[in-house]
Amino acid sequence: MAETFTARVWVLGDDIDTDIIIPTEYLALKTIDDMKQYAFSPLCPELAAQIRPGDVIVAGKNFGCGSSREQAPEIIKALGIRCVIAKSFARIFFRNAINNGLLLVENPTLRDAVSEGDEVQVELGRAILHQGKEYRIASLPQNLRDIINAGGLVKAMRRRNGLD
Amino acid sequence: MGQTIIEKIIARNTGMDTVKPGDIVTVQVDRVMIHDIFIPFVAEKFEEMGFTRIWDPDKAVLIYDHLVPASQVDDTRHFRIGDAFAEKYGMNNVHRSDGICHQLMTEAGYVKPGDVVFGTDSHTTTYGCVGAFSSGIGYTEMASILGTGTMWIKVPETIRVVIEGTLPSNVTSKDMILRLIGDLGADGATYRALEFSGDTVDAMSVSSRMTMANMAVECGAKCALFTPDEKTAEYCGISLTDAEQGLVGDADAAYCREIRYQAEELVPVLACPSQVDHIEPVSKLAGIKIDQVFIGSCTNGRLEDLMMAASILKGKRVAPYVKLIVTPASRLIYQQAVRNGTMEILSKAGAVITHPGCGLCCGRTGGILSDGERVVATNNRNFLGRMGTSKVEIYLASPATAAASALTGTITEPETCRL
Repeated sequence: MAETFTARVWVLGDDIDTDIIIPTEYLALKTIDDMKQYAFSPLCPELAAQIRPGDVIVAGKNFGCGSSREQAPEIIKALGIRCVIAKSFARIFFRNAINNGLLLVENPTLRDAVSEGDEVQVELGRAILHQGKEYRIASLPQNLRDIINAGGLVKAMRRRNGLD
Repeated sequence: MGQTIIEKIIARNTGMDTVKPGDIVTVQVDRVMIHDIFIPFVAEKFEEMGFTRIWDPDKAVLIYDHLVPASQVDDTRHFRIGDAFAEKYGMNNVHRSDGICHQLMTEAGYVKPGDVVFGTDSHTTTYGCVGAFSSGIGYTEMASILGTGTMWIKVPETIRVVIEGTLPSNVTSKDMILRLIGDLGADGATYRALEFSGDTVDAMSVSSRMTMANMAVECGAKCALFTPDEKTAEYCGISLTDAEQGLVGDADAAYCREIRYQAEELVPVLACPSQVDHIEPVSKLAGIKIDQVFIGSCTNGRLEDLMMAASILKGKRVAPYVKLIVTPASRLIYQQAVRNGTMEILSKAGAVITHPGCGLCCGRTGGILSDGERVVATNNRNFLGRMGTSKVEIYLASPATAAASALTGTITEPETCRL
């Protein structure tokens, strides 16, 4: 049963690194909630305050490159971003995102068609609909969907082990 | 359609006929390595996840290296937590002072060709030197592997690197991998596998291949693979099976990129501060005054590296103002270098010989530098602040360039590094 949702789009470019997602200077803050207001601040200081729960980010290639900080996907998730759609993701970010329950979707062409504020309809595992045009997306395997749906790897493992 | 080495390893592990880049599959993990820095986090996540036993305690290896011997009072907490975790869950493979994790994993026989191995340190790519798929992961994922014995991975595309010919007498595998990183850029192999072949690679020792696999992560690679051969078999103390011998990139395999080098055209190079992909010929920077030289680490702390340095330093003395720090990668290498006279040569040349471990490479102990100082070092990272303050200039080089530079007190191209 495919999950479908409609979302407002924020558009970002190529090579959005983890220092842009959350600069090092804020990593010492105590909680993700303390940090999330500074998300993307080197690029666009106002962005974090404008993101509303349920929005999606549509970005270019190599999203999340740079350091291995797990705070990067945690903060995007804490802002309420429903999923990040990018041409490609950096390796460690991809893993950290899944393990922290942040949904990622790859598509090579949508980024160059959307504008900020557009609406997209995402049908997970099948396609994204934008202004009447369909962009195919691959399905994540069940085990990764299980991790995301559980809210991250720790929770998924707790569920697996009968704790939650 | 042929397959690359990584595709063959993953297909065999998962029981599939073939896999292709982009496929997401679940692998059965053959071995994991946890090092002292992250063991407290692994232990915490493991129990938070609700696991009560390690899937196969003999497949887990715990190695203390970054903090050994402790340089700060809080470091010992990691050993206490690690020891308690190992005892509670029946882990017998614990190395408390035997050397650097990446050296020990192959040296102590924990990794063999075709294995799938994960470690909590990014330089886990090293074990590709014996034809294993090995990669670094975070502590949360390590905790889940300890509980389940499985891991999801995305099959990477492969960049094929072919090196043909005979390396000049002053060029090492370190110069080769630095050159490649310079050509690819620090993100040039992100997510991808590197696969090395060609008669230059065939002629290299396993130790030299280890240097290259170790640094693959510096251009973003997920893993770096060498085809297992008779040298691999001898190093691992095994006879290669047909499947292991078959870990060759097929002629009709699909590579996302192929890069070729003619060995005779390579020269000694340095990675300049503070970018590992800022590569320059040693000759271009010759004469720059240095304060310290470091020969060691999981990149270049093996017997052949120490012997290479000794051959250059024999009967001579380092420049009076240069501190030469030598750190064997393991206790075994230390003992071998003592037995064959290498340590005596290095010591007589003025070297400070330290205990096996990560020490200076990770900037914790054993030769930290200060503002304005310059070091020629054989390790793998020259990031800002890596070996002291952010105003230390770190040049990465081969053991031969390091030794030659120690003698003159300036950046110096070695005449030869052949023994």
